[in-house]
Amino acid sequence: MATVEQPKSNAAKATEYEHPAPVLRGEHDYGSVTDKISGIVLTRHTPRSWFLAFGVGFLLLMMFLTAVTYLLFVGTGIWGINVPVAWGFAIINFVWWIGIGHAGTLISAILLLMRQEWRTSINRFAEAMTLFAVACAGLFPVLHMGRPWLAYWMLPYPNTMNLWPQFRSPLIWDVFAVSTYGTVSFMFWFVGLIPDFATMRDKAQHPALRMFYGLLAMGWRGSAVHWHRYETAYLLLAGLATPLVVSVHTVVSFDFAVSVIPGWHTTVFPPYFVAGAIYSGFAMVLTLVIPIRAIYGLEDIITVRHLRNMAKVMLATGLIVAYGYLMEIFMSWYGANSYEQFVTRNRMLGPYAPVFWSLILCNILVPQLLWSRRVRDNVAVLFVIAVVVNIGMWLERYVIVVTSLHRDYLPSSWGMYGGTIWDYMTFAGTIGLFLSLLYLFIRVLPMISIFEVRHLISTHKKPAE
Amino acid sequence: MDERPLTGPGETTAVVGHRASAATRIEPRIYGLMAEFETPDQLLRAARAAREAGYRTMDAFSPFPIEGLHEEVGFHRTRLPAIVLIAGTVGALTGFGLQYWVSKISYPLNIGGRPLNSWPSFIPVTFEMTILFAALSAVIGMIVLNGLPMPYHPVFGAPRFAQASQDRFFLAIEAEDPKFDREETKAFLESLNPSAVSEVDL
Repeated sequence: MATVEQPKSNAAKATEYEHPAPVLRGEHDYGSVTDKISGIVLTRHTPRSWFLAFGVGFLLLMMFLTAVTYLLFVGTGIWGINVPVAWGFAIINFVWWIGIGHAGTLISAILLLMRQEWRTSINRFAEAMTLFAVACAGLFPVLHMGRPWLAYWMLPYPNTMNLWPQFRSPLIWDVFAVSTYGTVSFMFWFVGLIPDFATMRDKAQHPALRMFYGLLAMGWRGSAVHWHRYETAYLLLAGLATPLVVSVHTVVSFDFAVSVIPGWHTTVFPPYFVAGAIYSGFAMVLTLVIPIRAIYGLEDIITVRHLRNMAKVMLATGLIVAYGYLMEIFMSWYGANSYEQFVTRNRMLGPYAPVFWSLILCNILVPQLLWSRRVRDNVAVLFVIAVVVNIGMWLERYVIVVTSLHRDYLPSSWGMYGGTIWDYMTFAGTIGLFLSLLYLFIRVLPMISIFEVRHLISTHKKPAE
Repeated sequence: MDERPLTGPGETTAVVGHRASAATRIEPRIYGLMAEFETPDQLLRAARAAREAGYRTMDAFSPFPIEGLHEEVGFHRTRLPAIVLIAGTVGALTGFGLQYWVSKISYPLNIGGRPLNSWPSFIPVTFEMTILFAALSAVIGMIVLNGLPMPYHPVFGAPRFAQASQDRFFLAIEAEDPKFDREETKAFLESLNPSAVSEVDL
């Protein structure tokens, strides 16, 4: 609080920026950003909309538990899956959720390595989003196994059956990729939080709160030597997370591409899956950040510049995804394989054609609006486009999973697929889990990295008085 | 340069051992002197001045990382990158070794005479294990080398030190320093234009 009696020295003030749309707006110094961000958790009243959003999330979470309980009693027969479409919602949702997570790692790791300072205000939030999205994603393959209580069989451990996982299978690669991704994302997030835990410890009034944040801060005291090791570790983590995030969705795409199913067996899958993951992830960050910055009045810290940049990343990755679709179609024609050609025709004109064309509308046509600066700067329109892209990315996975399986080589085994009420309940339920975790995070932890914003101020301040 | 020994409760013994020669001066013992500054530049300049004045056992505290400050307080290189490199290598060997052993030795499956050591399909898991080991070692290494968790440290007792995690910058010269003298060091710190200088109890 001791910032008010700041003497004539204006050094810590950060008001002058060259960039037309700054990454930080208004008169802020080290103390004021600290108060503002920590105050959301420690001093301000919880806004009514928090209770509303958390309440909705919590209800959906209860629905999830209901659906899962019934699933454990009865088995996966309650879902719409059957031969020939044995993957269905579980895998669609898995890929959708894991893709959403990728934006968090991209913002925290890749933009850090590229010294993009605008990442600072959104990285903590995006990392939390990653973590919760991975948690939701991980549930689906486990529930899909039929006997989820034996999920640990996927891990290589010495057992009385003398059996080992099949290391030549992409499904086992997935186990390693996703669990490593979850672990590294958690560490990245936690390490980023340590100095802020110390701030919260020092700002909290209640002894129990001081104890809570103090335990998490582990005795962090901001020593220059500690900071040096800290920054080294953070940079190394960023360097490690960057190839990791690319590998994760590559491995997810291998689940499809390594098979011999027409429509899956294609080399364009890894790059366009990775681009699609980042695309959907940025759409999700925008979907979440736009309401939250309005509710908490964070327009000074999450500025128009952030939204604009995220819109541009969305546009770029969306174009890569469009290229992927185009190449799929081109290769099925150029490859002269009649099964591949049939899958492409079936996608565009078959029984699932409406899903395919909705996907094209959501993922390719609507985002072209982002070329216009007026659209990028219009927060409400941007929000709508982000939601549309989220839906589009879910439809994309639906098309990939379902249309390839429902009519494969043997016409005698063709069939149709549709989710049951339990499928939809489980899917909506994970959205509830995600929202519940996210709103708890906003309530108890600083959602913007305080020390990094301070650092940003120090690099932007005028060169001495 | 190597890692500096951790400062903490353990140093009391060092002071006791030291007492035989300079018993008169260490009564009553303190941790050191702490000066408070308002800007990172002031702290950086103060640390440099202290270094030039011959002080060696000191530390600086700031609410965000300040470039070059660790050099001024006498810390040059951390072993962390080497640890991470070693851990990553161990991870790669573990990942590949496990798959090789499982597929070739423990449970060989002859599928149409294909090679048992089908290394290209072992790459994804090897890669993930490399990242996992390296990342774990980076985080655990940073925490352990920093001597954390350390719930108590004498500097927490310094007045207004809670501001070190918010908006103030501190320089501590420890009583351990051979050049440390209560009065002289205090006068020296006050010459650096701090907003306050205080004694820190052990």
